[in-house]
Amino acid sequence: MGPALRLVVQRIALGLLLLFLVSILIFWGTLILPGDVAQAILGQSATPEALANLRDELGVNDPPLTRYFEWLGGVLTGDLGTALTNGKDIAESIGSRLENTLFLAFWAAVIAVPLAILLGLLAVRYRDRWPDKLISGVTLSTISIPEFLIGYVLMYFVGVKLGWAPTVSMIHDGMNLGQKLHSIALPVAVLTLVVLAHMMRMTRAAILNVMQSPYIETADLKGLTKFNIIWKHAFPNSISPVVNVVMLNLAYLVVGVVVVEVVFTYPGMGQYLVDHVSKRDLPVVQACGLIFAAVYITLNMIADVVSILSNPKLRHPK
Amino acid sequence: MSDPFVKVRDLRIGATVYPPGEKPHDIEIVHGVSFDLEKGRVLGLIGESGAGKSTIGLATMAYGRGGVRITGGEVWVNGRDIMQSSLGDLRRLRGGEVTYVSQSAAASFNPAKRIMEQVTEAAIKQGKFSRHEAEQRAVYLFKKLGLPDPEHIGRRFPHQVSGGQLQRCMTALALCPEPDLVVFDEPTTALDVTTQIEVLMAIKEAIAATGVAALYITHDLAVVAQVSDDIMVLKTGDMVEYGTTDQIINNPQEEYTQALVSVRSIDHEEKQPSPSPALKIENVTARYRGTNFDVLKNVNVELHPGQTLALVGESGSGKSTLARVITGLLPQRVGRIHFAGRDLDPVMKNRSKEDLRELQLIYQMADTAMNPRQTVGTIIGRPLEFYFGLKGKEKQKRIQDLLDQIELGEGFQDRYPAELSGGQKQRVCIARALAAKPKMIICDEVTSALDPLVADGILKLLLDLQKIEDVAFLFITHDLATVKAIADSVAVMYRGEVVRYGTKSDVLSPPFDDYTDLLLSSVPEMKLGWLEEVIAHRKMESAGN
Repeated sequence: MGPALRLVVQRIALGLLLLFLVSILIFWGTLILPGDVAQAILGQSATPEALANLRDELGVNDPPLTRYFEWLGGVLTGDLGTALTNGKDIAESIGSRLENTLFLAFWAAVIAVPLAILLGLLAVRYRDRWPDKLISGVTLSTISIPEFLIGYVLMYFVGVKLGWAPTVSMIHDGMNLGQKLHSIALPVAVLTLVVLAHMMRMTRAAILNVMQSPYIETADLKGLTKFNIIWKHAFPNSISPVVNVVMLNLAYLVVGVVVVEVVFTYPGMGQYLVDHVSKRDLPVVQACGLIFAAVYITLNMIADVVSILSNPKLRHPK
Repeated sequence: MSDPFVKVRDLRIGATVYPPGEKPHDIEIVHGVSFDLEKGRVLGLIGESGAGKSTIGLATMAYGRGGVRITGGEVWVNGRDIMQSSLGDLRRLRGGEVTYVSQSAAASFNPAKRIMEQVTEAAIKQGKFSRHEAEQRAVYLFKKLGLPDPEHIGRRFPHQVSGGQLQRCMTALALCPEPDLVVFDEPTTALDVTTQIEVLMAIKEAIAATGVAALYITHDLAVVAQVSDDIMVLKTGDMVEYGTTDQIINNPQEEYTQALVSVRSIDHEEKQPSPSPALKIENVTARYRGTNFDVLKNVNVELHPGQTLALVGESGSGKSTLARVITGLLPQRVGRIHFAGRDLDPVMKNRSKEDLRELQLIYQMADTAMNPRQTVGTIIGRPLEFYFGLKGKEKQKRIQDLLDQIELGEGFQDRYPAELSGGQKQRVCIARALAAKPKMIICDEVTSALDPLVADGILKLLLDLQKIEDVAFLFITHDLATVKAIADSVAVMYRGEVVRYGTKSDVLSPPFDDYTDLLLSSVPEMKLGWLEEVIAHRKMESAGN
């Protein structure tokens, strides 16, 4: 087994172990949350007998270890349990919402990642000249403004004044891809503006770091154009740090969109999670938490694997 | 008569410097240098660091490193003044008409790309060849340069070939676009002597076969004497002497050139071993953690008080590893280290303060061995406090004594390392080692990063100090001239073993074992035609076997 393959297998095994530990943490964390779901369902006027009956029915009284393994077994077989508050199957409820969230995140990523890297390359090409300063200035401003504010500003100007895109981003199965994309144009724009700066600056810094290397001078003395040098000789050697930041931002696009989803009343995971946290619906919170953790861990695992594979010394041992 | 192919007139090069504590200002680093170069000829540029050799070489490509720029003069290549060329024309010049071979091929190859892609890139980019033609030419050059498996070596990544092979690939990279001029910038300096000789021969043959003009930049006069037709001697940006190789080597006119040409001026008489050695290494075998082969195999050497043992060998031979074992950084698996009448614990943590004090180290890179934010006084004063508890006036007096010993004056106490020259930095490191009053100092390639004349000064200083302080030196080096200058006894190392060991006169006189013979005969000699002689001799021998 080559060193690259061994490292990749190691990373994946570590990722799975981490996911397991996180599942324990999530389960334990929701256990110690204050409050009582039975009380929340039945309200203040419930009799003690009714509360006790409901608790029995919901299985809240079983020992934690039993409940953890029952829960974990369910999760592994695709059964996330039923929501305590409305008795609906969680997997079913989350399914379409997760799909919507991923749909939004995917299109934001498709636009933001190449754009950020291109801007990073341009910033290096015109280092310390006006294009570099303009790119840095604009991206830093958009990351500094809270996303809900950007959301409302875009809504007002692009949505209301110009009427180019809807201000409420409802999507459903009956729409074709074009209609869906039109519907999510504004939230995608907001998300892009929010994640752009981080990735762009990391690309710029990573490439500038490599630009000091003697092999860049070699490329320069071959008479290559500056952009060619950056793209062909510098960028391949700065993939590792860039991929790590890209993955962190992708993770943010999935798990951090709560605010944007609420602003544009988009039917994604964020809204669903917020609703059920306020109702102390533990199975739902646990399921959402686990999904978010899995997204984070998977994306970071991919970043690690790409970093390993981008190292020619590991990919092609002596 | 037509104009020469390369014509440089009154070349002036400037740079902006940022000295600590001063305002940045512009200085001139090359002051009006002129030369001509015809196709098929090689001009050697020689001088110490800071002489402006590389800067002049890069100027023929209208290129300046960092803030370096050409401020005046003319550089004519192929009938046009490149100072007047547009950026587009310069791009066609660079990598097309003029190419560059750098000192460290390992750093100058992009680690993420295959060798073939990098070798052919300029030729394809400049429109000289199609991809197929360029690859054919690369394979031809790989063959010409004596690389193993020339058909397939291009498919490898830079880290998959050895340093000497990569340096030859770099030469192929420079020759692939059929340039008119190649700038060789110290192409063999980073190589071991036995590798250097092969690369040198390959470069020389390739230059002859392709008929290019070449600038050969080096600090080693013996090397440049083998490859160039003419030599220009430079010192701090000024031309000192310019003539044919024969004239410069055999009949130098200027004092500075004479100093460069004259062999080491150190006169050192070999001392006889004493009955009780200061350091005795018995059957030491060691390996690095997580590996399964021994990097040191059954090493036995002795070092006598007040004497110098030179450890010689190529990179990877285990000489620095032996130093790590002696200092306890890498505990040996087998064997004993007997030092100053006692056995040293293999692990440094278990050693006493006295053990640490009596065994000091001086490193190759004086730069990185000192804290840049401490003054010279603080650096030298630290061991005085740590080992002897000296304070105040007493400490000041001792620091001053030490500074006098290393021939640096009063004013140096308050200076920072950045304000010192390379030689001065190494002297401060010597003073720091001496401050502990050690019985033995391990000197790890202490003169390798220094110019020859400066290195000479350091070696003389070390010998003088040895007489006064009666300290023993374990001198690690790959440079046989240094060994001849200072050693009392010599151990030749090869692949973790001591292959030859004894007094200097014994080790350096025949009959030799095969490896020592190879090593000794590979050291360039300052005479014309030496390279051809050695190669011819070796071919004859291998034919005879």
